[in-house]
Amino acid sequence: MTTLPAPSSWTRRVQAVLHRHPRLRLSGLLAPALLWLVLLYLVPLVLLLLTAFAETDSFTGQITWTLSADTVLDVLTTPAYLFTALRTVLVAVGVTVLCAVLALPLATYMALVAAPRRRPLLVALVVTPLWASYLVKVYAWRILLAPEGVLGGASPGYGWTAVVVTLTYLWLPYMVMPVYTGISALRGSYLEAAADLGARPWTTFRTVVLPVLKPAIAAGSVFTFSLSLGDYITVQLVGGTNQMLGNLVYANFSTDLPLAAALAVLPLIVMAAYLLTIRRTGALDRL
Amino acid sequence: MRCLSARRGLRSAAVVGALGLALAACGGGGSGSAGGAQQQAPAGEAYAGPVGQGEGKLSVLAWPGYAEDGSTDPAVDWVTPFERATGCQVSVKTFATSAEAVQLFGTGEYDVVSASGDASLRLVYGDRVQPVNTGLVPNYADIIPDLKDKPWNTVGGKNYGIPHGRGANLLLYNTAAHSTAPTSWKDMWEPGSPAAGKISPYDDGIYIADAAVYLMATQPDLKITNPYALDQRQFDAAIALLKQQKPMVSEYWADVVKQGQGLSSGALSEGQGWQLTANLANTDAPNTVGTVKPTEGATGWSDTWMVKKDTPNINCAYQWLNHVISPEVNAQIAEYFGEAPANTKSCALTKDRNHCATYHAQETDFWDNVYYWTTPTEDCLDGRTDVKCVPYDQWVRSWSELRSA
Repeated sequence: MTTLPAPSSWTRRVQAVLHRHPRLRLSGLLAPALLWLVLLYLVPLVLLLLTAFAETDSFTGQITWTLSADTVLDVLTTPAYLFTALRTVLVAVGVTVLCAVLALPLATYMALVAAPRRRPLLVALVVTPLWASYLVKVYAWRILLAPEGVLGGASPGYGWTAVVVTLTYLWLPYMVMPVYTGISALRGSYLEAAADLGARPWTTFRTVVLPVLKPAIAAGSVFTFSLSLGDYITVQLVGGTNQMLGNLVYANFSTDLPLAAALAVLPLIVMAAYLLTIRRTGALDRL
Repeated sequence: MRCLSARRGLRSAAVVGALGLALAACGGGGSGSAGGAQQQAPAGEAYAGPVGQGEGKLSVLAWPGYAEDGSTDPAVDWVTPFERATGCQVSVKTFATSAEAVQLFGTGEYDVVSASGDASLRLVYGDRVQPVNTGLVPNYADIIPDLKDKPWNTVGGKNYGIPHGRGANLLLYNTAAHSTAPTSWKDMWEPGSPAAGKISPYDDGIYIADAAVYLMATQPDLKITNPYALDQRQFDAAIALLKQQKPMVSEYWADVVKQGQGLSSGALSEGQGWQLTANLANTDAPNTVGTVKPTEGATGWSDTWMVKKDTPNINCAYQWLNHVISPEVNAQIAEYFGEAPANTKSCALTKDRNHCATYHAQETDFWDNVYYWTTPTEDCLDGRTDVKCVPYDQWVRSWSELRSA
């Protein structure tokens, strides 16, 4: 500490000003983060919203900045788009439910049944698929699920079942990890305490286990739900002729940016609603 | 702007909702779709030349198979010789649809692009490209006259690019599933087709024109004369045909490799596609994919190399234009991609002596029922003035709706 060079008069003056003005100090500290948030996140989001209200030249496809709500109204009144949105949400819900159903026993085994020294190995095994390339995994499923392919008659063929199965495979680790962490927090002593106090198994489950699991599953579902909602590559590879919202955006952003922007707002609304609901469970505190 | 004042004073999420409502109140007046044909071509001057020392780099946006640098197949390489001869380091980006080409070229990152007819005019009127001084491209003299000064490469008497070659979107079929070669598109359109569940149409709005081509032959009372000039009634009929096709579709294709594998393995029975796709598939598994131009005719492409409006690499760009349409390289590309070369001297240089005959490069009447991709406009391209035609943006939206229905 003693070897610190003496601050120059300039830095000392800055220090003095900052010392006298705590608000300046605070805004100085927050500015870089806020700048990042505003410039790279909020501004593009606002531009996206504004683009939805622009129009394109029908010939060149370039944007003419005449404000019009036609595109947005078009999206909100065209059944095909709304059904696609609905199907996308259903896929996301399906994937989330399947992930939860698979993750619960798996995480319970990992946290409570398996020998403690084995646990790191099991965690590593669950996480390992995340290290492989997304495309490689989806292509593997494409080959696996090919009609009249490896599975023969057992294959569901390309379609919604294939999409849900593939996405469940892809996002399962994101559900297992929070649930595993949640169950790990559930010490055996809690259950014993509940039993000592005369709670029957069902009451124990309802009053001790569930309050711990609910936010954990909710936290995992934020990942599985949002990742499924935004996915558009899996459905291209194993979905046959089906499309999700992401495909609509992808197909239109090159020719009709306002339409793509208006369509992109749909998952934003769904996700905002979902996060607001989830927040009430307290799950977001655990992320 | 009066409409927008409602926004003032509202906060956070409420802004979004209120903005929507305010604009909804403003909307509805005027469709706003500008008619394409009356638009003025932007004033631009072609490079005066002379073509000098290259700038050292060139960024190329091309259809797959048009700018091969040996990375797909070490034996297929005409980019490296160009780099050696000119010192222009070439970076190649490929695209799958014309829509993608227009969008990518709009980013300004590319110096030259191989544009099909449904992209070229949108690039010209979108002020993305500059006129081309054909006098600075010596090999232009050998281009077949049938491709010169055409509406898709020439606007207001100015050439906006160099013709590259042309081809037809063929009927591709799995040879094991067809004892005799099909001659008609009907198995891709009609219900109860033996190929049902195993067909693969092109995944782009321009595919609506393929439905129109089939309707020209099968429903003459619709009086379609140009598959890109469809009035509302004709357009609706094409969409109805596509809806009838959809339950029989296995996958819409945008990736030549994926489609080729499907056709080759038998997972797909018939598809609309390119000779390139069949060539690639047959390289891996010989004689598994056949091609035919059905009797109803076909859509097709006639491509043009165009130059970015204010490219800093103008000398490299002109050298590239001259390189790709040189007799040798144009022959290589035409053979590799499976299309008819634009350079008349290329026909003597193809490895397969019959290439130009197979692809009817010099037979102008073969191309009579090949309808080159072009951009549909409100003013009917077939010259009708008593009706409005369905413009391109409606094609795109209808396609989106059809695909997501």
